[in-house]
Amino acid sequence: MNVLLAEVPAPPPEAPAVRPLLDAQGLVKVFGTGVRAVSDVSLALHAGQTLGIVGESGCGKSTTAKMLLRLLTPDEGRVFFDGDDVHRMRGRKLTELRRRLQVVPQNPQTSLNPRLTLEQSISFNMRAHGYGATERRRRIPRLLDRVGLDPSYARRYPHQMSGGQLQRAAIARALATEPEVVVCDEAVSALDKSVQAQVLNLLSELQAELGLAYLFISHDLAVVEHISDRVAVMYLGRVVEQGPADQIWNDPRHPYTATLLSSTPGADRSRIVLGGELPNPASPPSGCGFRTRCPIAVAECARTWPHLTVRTPEHYASCVHEEPMPLMPATA
Amino acid sequence: MSSHLTVTDLHTTFGSGESAVRAVRGVSLEIEPGGTYVLLGESGSGKSVTARSILRLYQGGTTITGSVMLGEEDLTGLSEKRMRRLRGARIGMVPQDPTGALDPLRSIGSQLMEVLRVHRVVPDRSTARSRAMELLDRVGIADPARVAKAKPHMLSGGMRQRAVIAIAIACNPDVLIADEPTTALDVTVQAAVIELFRELQERSEMSLLMVTHDVGIAEELGGQVGVMYAGKLLETGPIREVLASPKHPYTQGLLASLPVPGVVRGHLQVIPGRPPLTGETSAGCAFAARCTLVQDTCHVAPPPLVDVAAGRRAACPVVNGSAATSQELSA
Repeated sequence: MNVLLAEVPAPPPEAPAVRPLLDAQGLVKVFGTGVRAVSDVSLALHAGQTLGIVGESGCGKSTTAKMLLRLLTPDEGRVFFDGDDVHRMRGRKLTELRRRLQVVPQNPQTSLNPRLTLEQSISFNMRAHGYGATERRRRIPRLLDRVGLDPSYARRYPHQMSGGQLQRAAIARALATEPEVVVCDEAVSALDKSVQAQVLNLLSELQAELGLAYLFISHDLAVVEHISDRVAVMYLGRVVEQGPADQIWNDPRHPYTATLLSSTPGADRSRIVLGGELPNPASPPSGCGFRTRCPIAVAECARTWPHLTVRTPEHYASCVHEEPMPLMPATA
Repeated sequence: MSSHLTVTDLHTTFGSGESAVRAVRGVSLEIEPGGTYVLLGESGSGKSVTARSILRLYQGGTTITGSVMLGEEDLTGLSEKRMRRLRGARIGMVPQDPTGALDPLRSIGSQLMEVLRVHRVVPDRSTARSRAMELLDRVGIADPARVAKAKPHMLSGGMRQRAVIAIAIACNPDVLIADEPTTALDVTVQAAVIELFRELQERSEMSLLMVTHDVGIAEELGGQVGVMYAGKLLETGPIREVLASPKHPYTQGLLASLPVPGVVRGHLQVIPGRPPLTGETSAGCAFAARCTLVQDTCHVAPPPLVDVAAGRRAACPVVNGSAATSQELSA
């Protein structure tokens, strides 16, 4: 088991013992039309660990990832990578960030250039980070072998590979620059279940071998729970619960998490069926954004969105109810 | 009065000659009135093609053989004109993507009324209008009057799927075919839609053919399951029994490779290799290349589905009748 270091979402009650590798503080992103996609999101990812972000479409998880990757500029808040502000980096520091922070996107069919062979795609990424021709020739076959592809695949084009093979190729490309953090945005969601297990195993093996840290984003709670040390649950642009993966699963403290768990296939729990749907982020309800669908909402919920407060050590939830939702059977 | 849907030895082939793709290769299934049958399989397994072949939703260049009986009537012999009268009336269809299924330029109400008018289940427009409201109400839409006036883009994905379901059940069909109806929806909305299917079935004798890749949804619905792989059924039986004690090595591998909630980390069991592409065929069992229990005979001819327990069938000579095998595999 991984020993969880003192990971505390901001605002930190006291200084964390170890500085997180990737640290987001109070991120806010409002899109042109007034859509508050992300509100006050703070996350911390430590070296060699996996932080899972789970939530339904429109909850802001991909927008958050884009701000961490510096593909979007936050309207408020800051992102630190190894102590440096990601959005203020320039020149060599920025190039170095790109090398150390890589991404495995959701759909390898569209993320790999259809007109480049696999070798060219990987080479492209390596060349941008100053790897010489000899180094590239030496490393690419090894990388392919490591992700379970025959080195002869180097000369293949994306259309000549299956979905699982393409996702392995995308992983090889991300690893080519020897990153420390890999953002996996729905990286296994498009795969068949029998292939998904292979890719999840590969990600775990690579992490153990190379000490990678993953930011693992998915709508599938069973997958997130499987691979993550810590999990952050997002709803309507906010983190509503954050804690160690096993505690999130066995002892959810936010009614939305409980609902999500009960909706996950394979969960041995009585299902909580919600009324309504995700509110329009352009005109969210007053107070807690979940109250319009929440089975245990009270009048107080209409006032403000509760802060994340500590429930058990390292486990935070933003709900006025101190105790877990009574609808949840205690058995796991 | 509802009727049995009986599909016998269905084959669907796209194209012909060398380039022919045999997407469905001998599928037989039966659904009782009010019953549920889940076709479970990964992408390319032929589950959707099976569902669409029942309704003959393919045209030129596609060969469909075998028989599809709805009660006493053999659908395979019907003219296209009679098929048109039957689709949407006696067999309803809910496709995966509700957005593509609706006309973006017309209101939900007018699309619902169209079905009722075309199949002549209502005498006039005003009856159609009131019946449309009833249907929207029945699929759990809280504000039927507003939704009836709305264009599809004004509704959320879950609402659109409910509207499509309302259209599919408008003529009280004997059979409802649902092809991955919740895949495009979020999990919490998905849960509500599955609940709706169950309610609709409780209130009528409608049978349901559900196509899905999601084991959880299959478990949720209950009824019978057919596990498809490379255009064939590899295992059939009552869903809960099949999931509790799968007989076929593919079903066993598939279930073992799912992350077990509550067990953090650990290596997932995997099925080596990948599923065959649609129409990719081999002489013997299609799963042989990935199977841990493979024997020489597996490469000779595809094994037939045979009884392995009461109400259970599997297409595997290795596990047939041997209760010890599943324990050996998991050991």
